[in-house]
Amino acid sequence: MAGALANQIIQGILLGGLYALFAVGLSLSVGIMRFVNIAHGDLIVLVSFVLLSLTSKLGLPLVLATAIVLPITFGGGYLLQRLLLQRVLGQSVLAIVLVTFGLSVIVQNALQGTYGADTRLIPGGDIVTATIHLGGGINIGVLPLTIFMSAVALVFALDRLLYRTRLGARIRAVSDNVASANLVGLKSAHIYAVAMGIVGVTMGISAAFMAVSTNFDPTSGPSRLLVAFEAVVLGGLGSLWGTLAGGIIVGVAQSIGAQFDAGWQLLAGHLVFLAVFLLRPQGLFPK
Amino acid sequence: MTSLTGKLPLVAIGRGLLGLLLAMLFAAPWIFDPAELQILTELLCLLVLAVMWNLLAGYADIVTIGQHGFVGIGCYAFYGFVVLAGVDPYLAIPLAGLTSLAFAIPSMVVVFRLRAAYLAVGTWVLAEVMMLGAGKINAFGAGLGVSLPVSVVRAFGGNIVERFTTIYWMSLALALVAMGATYALMRSSTGIGLTAMRDDEEAAGTVGVNLFRARVACFLWAAPFLGLAGALITLQKLRVAPAASFSIIDWTVYIIFIVIIGGVGSFEGPIIGTLVFFLIREYLQGWGVWHFIVLGAVSIAMVLIEPRGIWGLLRRIVPGDLIPVSHKPPRR
Repeated sequence: MAGALANQIIQGILLGGLYALFAVGLSLSVGIMRFVNIAHGDLIVLVSFVLLSLTSKLGLPLVLATAIVLPITFGGGYLLQRLLLQRVLGQSVLAIVLVTFGLSVIVQNALQGTYGADTRLIPGGDIVTATIHLGGGINIGVLPLTIFMSAVALVFALDRLLYRTRLGARIRAVSDNVASANLVGLKSAHIYAVAMGIVGVTMGISAAFMAVSTNFDPTSGPSRLLVAFEAVVLGGLGSLWGTLAGGIIVGVAQSIGAQFDAGWQLLAGHLVFLAVFLLRPQGLFPK
Repeated sequence: MTSLTGKLPLVAIGRGLLGLLLAMLFAAPWIFDPAELQILTELLCLLVLAVMWNLLAGYADIVTIGQHGFVGIGCYAFYGFVVLAGVDPYLAIPLAGLTSLAFAIPSMVVVFRLRAAYLAVGTWVLAEVMMLGAGKINAFGAGLGVSLPVSVVRAFGGNIVERFTTIYWMSLALALVAMGATYALMRSSTGIGLTAMRDDEEAAGTVGVNLFRARVACFLWAAPFLGLAGALITLQKLRVAPAASFSIIDWTVYIIFIVIIGGVGSFEGPIIGTLVFFLIREYLQGWGVWHFIVLGAVSIAMVLIEPRGIWGLLRRIVPGDLIPVSHKPPRR
């Protein structure tokens, strides 16, 4: 029994890695641009569908397809911020929520119109079924482990980028005070757009991992958004390592919930989120 | 003065159109066939939801994406009272509204700890929890849902025409009460504070508007109306089910589009939005998913071009509000 529980917790932690991948991009846009992109999950799903087309129609290996897509997601994020989101950034909260909400509905329905409503999964080959047996009833999938390690690596890299590079310093300067940043000659609109481009890259990476590890369909976006949001809020707004911790909490809660009944998985994740949020509204690692 | 009198008829014409619309609504059971009456009933329910979302998002700065949660609670509560508890069907409707209110009170602990865009997603999480929770209750058919028994349905009319007419009158009454009461709320001192908040939240706080109290009042105000609409919606759909009763598309996505396109932060907006939505749905329904894309694109364009929607555009030529929520400054 203890072994089974330990196994569930470990599976939950690994699942949390996937959720943290969904969430780091949202965490960046919350931390830097100070808005929640309602279309965050839908854009990830959009990239997953693009990868599906590249792998199944053109027969490219997923790694190559992802390498092709990442520069595009950077450009997509850049243009999205520059052409659309920047226009409403200074306005009311209502405006930014509504624009990203409208975008979410458009992406979902465009995907449904193009690809149909079927559930998809990109075949990942041997890595999907490979497992490491640790004994004591604990088995670790190679794919979930890879995803978890990638999440840790991505958080580490983004943290270095923000706090150890000139670009990071510029992004933080614009985020702290747009007016002063403009005053010292920073092009805030451009820097925000670059930050959103980086968010786009994180979306591309999480889309690739999502596409091989979980089923997705055109309406999968909102559930990804909610999980990512919970990870961000639990971790503390703007804290990247906190987001990883938040993702793990939601992952473990879902994994243990699924033990009782398959239908309890999602509900358990939400309930644990609400409980932790009520006890610690500022998050685990507030900035 | 001449230019003013030259423009005055526009307000009068607008009010005339509203009056005509109202007259048509009162005459509807004699003009329309049951199928048309059912569409009208549905539109009235959407109007109620739109008025409430407008009150929250347009005035109280509570941009919720979780409105469907309270509608669904109303649906389930109506079924619970009437079928499981055996309450009189007509009494179960107001009880459904009260149940939504009862759920709104603890929800405030979460909602009012989140600000701005976080609140939007937070309300969505709450609605998701309500839907998933409802899907776990076996007495309500768990994930599949359950139909209303024929005996309950019969309580609202022996045949289909009679029943549709009864439900129509109840929906019209609900829409008029929701609008009338919200109008009265907006004209009260709380409402003046809300209008001030809409225009400038910080400034309103500075001059002594109790922002927190006003926002709480709006949140609790909206909930029972959402529940009442849920009960009437259940009477039309004749069943409750997690996905349909807590439909984010029907009770939140469409509603947001209605209010944004019609005009957020005005009393005319939700009415215009509901009419436009009806036209778009009737004429673009054959387009399938593309009608969503049109709605989404139009609302984004609206936010960018005229955040106050169609009414905001019209208001540039129409010199006054058709339903004046604000008080006129005293003449000197």
